[in-house]
Amino acid sequence: MSDDASAVDHWVLTTRLADYVAWGRKNSLWPMPMGLACCAIELMAMVAPRYDVARFGAEALRFSPRQADMMVVAGTVSKKMAPAVKRIYDQMPEPKWVIAMGACASTGGMFRSYAVTQGVDEIIPVDVYIPGCPPRPESLLEGIMQVQRLVEERARAGRGAPPLSAPSAPAAAGR
Amino acid sequence: MSVIGKPVKRPEQKGLLARTYLPSVLKGMWITLRHMFRPKVTMQYPEETWALPDRYRGLPALVRDDSERVKCVACFLCQFVCPPKAIHIEAQEIATGVEKGPKVFDINMLRCIMCGYCEEVCPEQAIFLTREYQTVGLSREQMIFNKDRLLEMGGVRPDPIRKWSRLAPPAGAPERGHEPAPVTQGAAR
Repeated sequence: MSDDASAVDHWVLTTRLADYVAWGRKNSLWPMPMGLACCAIELMAMVAPRYDVARFGAEALRFSPRQADMMVVAGTVSKKMAPAVKRIYDQMPEPKWVIAMGACASTGGMFRSYAVTQGVDEIIPVDVYIPGCPPRPESLLEGIMQVQRLVEERARAGRGAPPLSAPSAPAAAGR
Repeated sequence: MSVIGKPVKRPEQKGLLARTYLPSVLKGMWITLRHMFRPKVTMQYPEETWALPDRYRGLPALVRDDSERVKCVACFLCQFVCPPKAIHIEAQEIATGVEKGPKVFDINMLRCIMCGYCEEVCPEQAIFLTREYQTVGLSREQMIFNKDRLLEMGGVRPDPIRKWSRLAPPAGAPERGHEPAPVTQGAAR
């Protein structure tokens, strides 16, 4: 360590506060499990040891909206349930993200019915849509990783930095 | 009035050792310790993926035959059978003059429930469920896959029947084409 600059680079990590906060946020996304139908079973499977969402820091499912960062709408949102979903979303503190998990929550799926909202994005803004009926727990992990990217993007956009170079739009038609 | 049923007795006071909770704590920690030496079950997902069964039903896709021809003939059976009505097809004439082809073939992957009815009903074996399950979307529009995207996902599936090669192309038509018919054939639409 001869000159000071390299010593600083070697021993000190520098970052911006917004990035640091985003790093903390994205690695401790506490989900609000809005389990409304069979998708919730896969949601539970994702938390269980086999898929272990604790590896992404999102294992603390908060059933109280005030303590949650990310709502996972898992299942059919009936018109009767919609006001409750909306209210719980409103009770969550900013910043907050929403995952629409599965066909029903995303678009209404096969329930083209007067009793079902045709997608939860009719009542609350959705960040990530996950196809499947129900999606595999891996798909949900994929969605959570996408939310983590969005958290980072928001911090970068907030300080006028260019967006990330889309690291992994998950390789479609891979296998 | 008499009391129906017999109330349970309160458990007796535990001994001094039990009241320190130490035996219970140690018992719990022993269970934790035992689990540390069991085989690990967690799948390290993004790095390590599940071995999918051959017949796994993921997102549907269109396929081409081994002469790169779009196999779909726009018969609308899949659109008709699709329980959530996720498929939207618009047909067009194609240069062979006998079959139709899809002009527009959209599948709303957020509607799709991967039931496989489309694959089952297809008389041309033109639509298959791939083993893709990792796609997520940021908007609804992004998850409506058009014909090109579906064909790219599906790739090529060799067809032992080779229906198209037995077909004599009409005069003036290109050798193999899945393009719109020449205007001279003039089907009024």
